[in-house]
Amino acid sequence: MESLNPRARSDRYGSRINRAQSPLLAIGVPWLSILLGSLTPWLPIVASAPVLPPIGFLMLLAWRLLRPGLLPLWAGLPLGMFDDLFSGQPFGSATLLFALALIATELIELRFPWRTFLLDWLTAAALTAGYLLVAALVSGAALARFQLPVIVPQLVLSVMLFPLIARMVAQLDRLRLMRVRRLG
Amino acid sequence: MALPVGRRSGNNRKAQFGLFAGYLAAILGALFGAALLIVSLVRPDAFAGLRAMAGDVVAPAGEAGAAGRSGSWSFLEAIAGYYRAGSRNAVLEREVEVARVERARMQALEQENRRLRAILRLRDSEDRPVAVGRLIGSTASSTRRIAYLSVGARDGVRPSMPVSSPLGLVGRVLEVGAGSSRVLLLTDAESMIPVRRATDDVVAFAEGRSDGSLRLRLVSLGINPLKKGDVFVTSGAGGIFRPGIAVAVVSELTRDGAIGHLLSNPAATDYVTVEAPWQPEAVAMLQQAPQSAPPAR
Repeated sequence: MESLNPRARSDRYGSRINRAQSPLLAIGVPWLSILLGSLTPWLPIVASAPVLPPIGFLMLLAWRLLRPGLLPLWAGLPLGMFDDLFSGQPFGSATLLFALALIATELIELRFPWRTFLLDWLTAAALTAGYLLVAALVSGAALARFQLPVIVPQLVLSVMLFPLIARMVAQLDRLRLMRVRRLG
Repeated sequence: MALPVGRRSGNNRKAQFGLFAGYLAAILGALFGAALLIVSLVRPDAFAGLRAMAGDVVAPAGEAGAAGRSGSWSFLEAIAGYYRAGSRNAVLEREVEVARVERARMQALEQENRRLRAILRLRDSEDRPVAVGRLIGSTASSTRRIAYLSVGARDGVRPSMPVSSPLGLVGRVLEVGAGSSRVLLLTDAESMIPVRRATDDVVAFAEGRSDGSLRLRLVSLGINPLKKGDVFVTSGAGGIFRPGIAVAVVSELTRDGAIGHLLSNPAATDYVTVEAPWQPEAVAMLQQAPQSAPPAR
């Protein structure tokens, strides 16, 4: 069989004989990648205006939309608390918003069980808009109403960036399901 | 994609309970987040220790990245420079001519200043920096403008110390960890700095607008005396910042003041210095004032 097709007994994640997925990777990669996304404030970018999209939040949405049920419904609590440590927002804002975003995605999914990427993108765009708006309102700084357009460039960038992040998450998903464990 | 099989409960009582418990946990998580948010909005420093600890853990990695920043910045600048070389050269030559005349005038002024100070027996205050550090990163995805600094309590940094770069004021220290600290940048909406015009005594407040610019609000209302290009420096009021540190230059006039741009763009700064508060006694007195005496109005 192998002489005809060397990949006959393997799938896209590697050989199906004698190999299995590692539970450590399968569970760890999503959590770790979202945590890394939350560390973006430590990138060497000192911005004098909010420009960077909330990468941690976008990663969370991308994982949630790509693999429903992979992250438990309560995942917003620990991930949000970690994000709060570095984001500069008052502690608890990401905890609340991550948790609400996961519940909202769940409800959207119940309403539209069959989805295309376009609908995923729309969902992510709407949730990101809500996230940025609420985060600006509860940021603890007295922002006047005329200052709210400050978040618009960031919002546009986040919406444009979502397909890229979704592709990245899809690549990470392949890494997650690699058959690295040798059986027997 | 349809719902995965495991998520459809059907008549399975156990699966129904599992789904219900998931929703319950998520809603409790959201409520817990809301409670945390309310606590930290009422008392902004409630979780400072936690943040400082987390910052100390990540700071070494961040500092390695920051070391590359000034290099890459000048690299981009170098490429951009080729496109505007000719016109910039002409402008610079003209500016050098003006600056040469200005320098002679400044030297005369400095000499006179020294003489007058000698007459008044004013001593130059010792303003040696407490610590020198790098700006590692900033909260670039939040509307708050807070930067991370690579020095902390171990180096003598304390909250409310002014942070400045050779080009001008950057901000002041907000929270301190052992080896890292958080700096409130001038452009944060919570930051308010007493400033005056460099050439005379037009006094104003420089408030951050979270979008990279400052709002200069004049203290005395009346005819707006500002012009584009006016430079504002710290006035020394409040006691934290010593007078005469460059802050902003006016770029646009408004009804009650102006919109200014930062002179010391934090993105282009590499090393910053942390100084002790200018008049620590005055700062301590001002911070105690609300409890002991009614605020003067």
